[in-house]
Amino acid sequence: MRGATHAKWAVCAVSVALAATACGGGSTVAEGAGIVRSSWGDPQNPIEPANTNEVQGGKVLDLLFRGLKRYDPKTGEAENMVAEKIDTTDQQNFTVTLKTGLTFSNGEKVTAKSFVDAWNYGAHIDNKQNNSPFFANIQGYDDVHPASGNAKAKTMSGLVVKDERTFTVKLKEKFSTWPETLGYQAFSPLPQAFFKDHDAWLKKPVGNGPYTVESYTKGSSMKLRAWDGYKGPDKAQNGGVDLVVYTDNNTAYTDLMAGNLDLVDDVPAKQLKNVKSDLGDRYINQPALIIQTVVFPMYDKRWNKPGMEKVRKGLSMAINRDEITKQIYQETRTPATDWTSPALHDKGGYEEGLCGDACTYNPEQAKKLIDEGGGLPGGKVQLTSNVDTGSHRDWMDAVCNSINNALGKGAVCTVNPVGTFADFKNQIAGFKMTGPFRSGWQADYPLIQNFLQPLYATGGSSNYGKFENKEFDGLIAEANRESDPAAAVAKFQEAEKILAEQMPAIPLWYQNGSAGYSDLISDVQLNQFSVPVYDQIKVS
Amino acid sequence: MGRYVIRRLLQMIPVFIGSTFLIFVMVYALGDPVAALFGDKAPDPATAARIRKELYLDQPLWKQYLHYMGQIFQGDFGTAFNGQKVTELLASAYPVTLRLTLVAVVIELVVGITLGVVSGLRRGRTVDTSVLVLTLVVISVPTFVSGYVLQFLFGVKWAVIRPTVSPEAPFSELLLPGTVLALVSLAYVTRLTRTSIAENVRADYLRTAVAKGLPRRRIITRHLLRNSLIPVITFIGTDIGALMGGAIVTEKIFNIHGVGYQIYQGILRNNAPTVVGFVTILVIVFLLANLLVDLLYAVLDPRIRYA
Repeated sequence: MRGATHAKWAVCAVSVALAATACGGGSTVAEGAGIVRSSWGDPQNPIEPANTNEVQGGKVLDLLFRGLKRYDPKTGEAENMVAEKIDTTDQQNFTVTLKTGLTFSNGEKVTAKSFVDAWNYGAHIDNKQNNSPFFANIQGYDDVHPASGNAKAKTMSGLVVKDERTFTVKLKEKFSTWPETLGYQAFSPLPQAFFKDHDAWLKKPVGNGPYTVESYTKGSSMKLRAWDGYKGPDKAQNGGVDLVVYTDNNTAYTDLMAGNLDLVDDVPAKQLKNVKSDLGDRYINQPALIIQTVVFPMYDKRWNKPGMEKVRKGLSMAINRDEITKQIYQETRTPATDWTSPALHDKGGYEEGLCGDACTYNPEQAKKLIDEGGGLPGGKVQLTSNVDTGSHRDWMDAVCNSINNALGKGAVCTVNPVGTFADFKNQIAGFKMTGPFRSGWQADYPLIQNFLQPLYATGGSSNYGKFENKEFDGLIAEANRESDPAAAVAKFQEAEKILAEQMPAIPLWYQNGSAGYSDLISDVQLNQFSVPVYDQIKVS
Repeated sequence: MGRYVIRRLLQMIPVFIGSTFLIFVMVYALGDPVAALFGDKAPDPATAARIRKELYLDQPLWKQYLHYMGQIFQGDFGTAFNGQKVTELLASAYPVTLRLTLVAVVIELVVGITLGVVSGLRRGRTVDTSVLVLTLVVISVPTFVSGYVLQFLFGVKWAVIRPTVSPEAPFSELLLPGTVLALVSLAYVTRLTRTSIAENVRADYLRTAVAKGLPRRRIITRHLLRNSLIPVITFIGTDIGALMGGAIVTEKIFNIHGVGYQIYQGILRNNAPTVVGFVTILVIVFLLANLLVDLLYAVLDPRIRYA
């Protein structure tokens, strides 16, 4: 029968199409008691301490690892964790002594070698670790991580293991607050298992923190359980944490509303209006170590000639920060009045109002200053940013409106939206911008140094505007040599005042960390990196 | 017939090569992905250079493409930046999206054709008018509106289902997303069937069948429906491809880790292997679906034959 043959061929073609798709599936594990279900995003890089530089991978590291120091979630102070003490007499040679009896969750001891090996691994060029520049001030870094070509050594000469509990570090130059930087996750110790079978370790990471990985399905979820053998002071207060990858933060929020999720650490912008009525006091909105600025291309003569500092200041004064943070961000951003973050606290170097009049909205004065400085280059200014996240398009439009209204010369300020972050990064890293551009900065550790040196010092690793100022550089170097923390902070602030004079970057606002949680959990707080402090969460 | 199928399958080879090349060039045009891997920080030049070298990004475009194709023929589709093999991603995402598409297509077929037949047979009456108005409403509501509204109503307000889909994505959880995905096409299927039925109801062969005294049920299913389904099948065939690749919105709303989500991630991160791998498979799905449609024509209408 003809019809039957046709049908046979049709079925055949379908089966070809279906052949590749074995129907996957699996069983959902029943929710155990005391487990926190938390939203997650797919980490950008494989989860390794020296290769993770974003919040999603950082969450896992925070659960799995404890470094020499750890920042107190409230005060931001670096407190000894695995380290018993870190001594120095000259701010350049440090002796690190570890606490006794600490182990990784696979039973290996945490020794001086665990740190030295991990740091050497992180610094070595062959391992292509994103965070390798963090080891750059250790003596011998240039041998394992040359600017070009192959490594000349396997290990850094500045790291020496003395005995099981002690190692010494020699820095290239004096850096008094260096021990305070060691709370950053790139400085975590690694067990030998990491080096022996790297692939297996990546599938199921092993650390020395309060949790262990029970199962990890890349791209969808990670189940972490409290580790009974953990001996540190911050033992987990819950049975474990399930991190679930969501395609979208709106979806995660919906699941929180429906009771399928306990913690969302990124409240979507369009829910901000409802969040207080939805969650009441189960909504957290607090400053994080993030500042958004608009950077001027100081490598472009038109923006850098004498007198232009007045124009740059004038532009800063033309921006109505209060209005924009209220209207667009529903107060999840705070108008900036310096170049650091309130999460540093006064002791750490945050000084409210350091920027002074230059960061206060004053349209008349703005107009006057810009005219005095010779006007905008070519009579125009164009703002550039990626627009794929963070409502960047919205605030850029608002900032331009604010500038245009203040100057009253028509649409002199325009917006240049860039589709993806990757494209935007390439543009600003190529140093070919002709107008101001957005720059977001999340500090790696709660130190004022981290807000200033990488961004504004000559040759700074993220000095995208190529701002160069001898006086500024001198003050930063002095501050780094200072042995007294308070005196160091004062020097850094002195340097920061030069930024207020020169205005190489306009501080816009401090970005807050936000989170919402269900009524099943309590004692939720965010640390200064806007990561939830999971180990303190209690499940009812 | 067999030779026809083989010829069609062979024709897919140049299409496959051409489409992979075009997609490769397009992703390449998005720019260098390495700088974005470093977040807000400026990329460390030495590390960035090593990563570029490893990913073959320091080579000219044509060499990159040849290298990529060479790897594909060894079964290596490359690696996403998070260290996952693209083949792994394909194996986890395609079954999910396929299940979602299957749910959507079944809903489209069953509901769409039934409504179409009912309204086509009762042209101009109340049933017909209400179906027409209803489909008009459905067509005019964008997917993200219907998606969020239905998700909120069923998932949060009445709490009858889980608002989001778990990573395993079993059929039961895909019913609502599948319905949302099917809605717009459903309206088209209904309208196509209705027109086709209304037209064929007046055909000569149908009058003959009635005159022969065949039961009404047999007339409708064997004679009327079979001939009226050709445009509908054509539509569904192309729709399968569109549903699989175009489910980005639905997948985002319902947290489905399928093809649309992976392609979106790949584009955001400028990861060429992910995007090219996924789109290539989509191209193959399109081609196979079209072949299937052409073969089904012959099943439905014996006058059509292939040599």
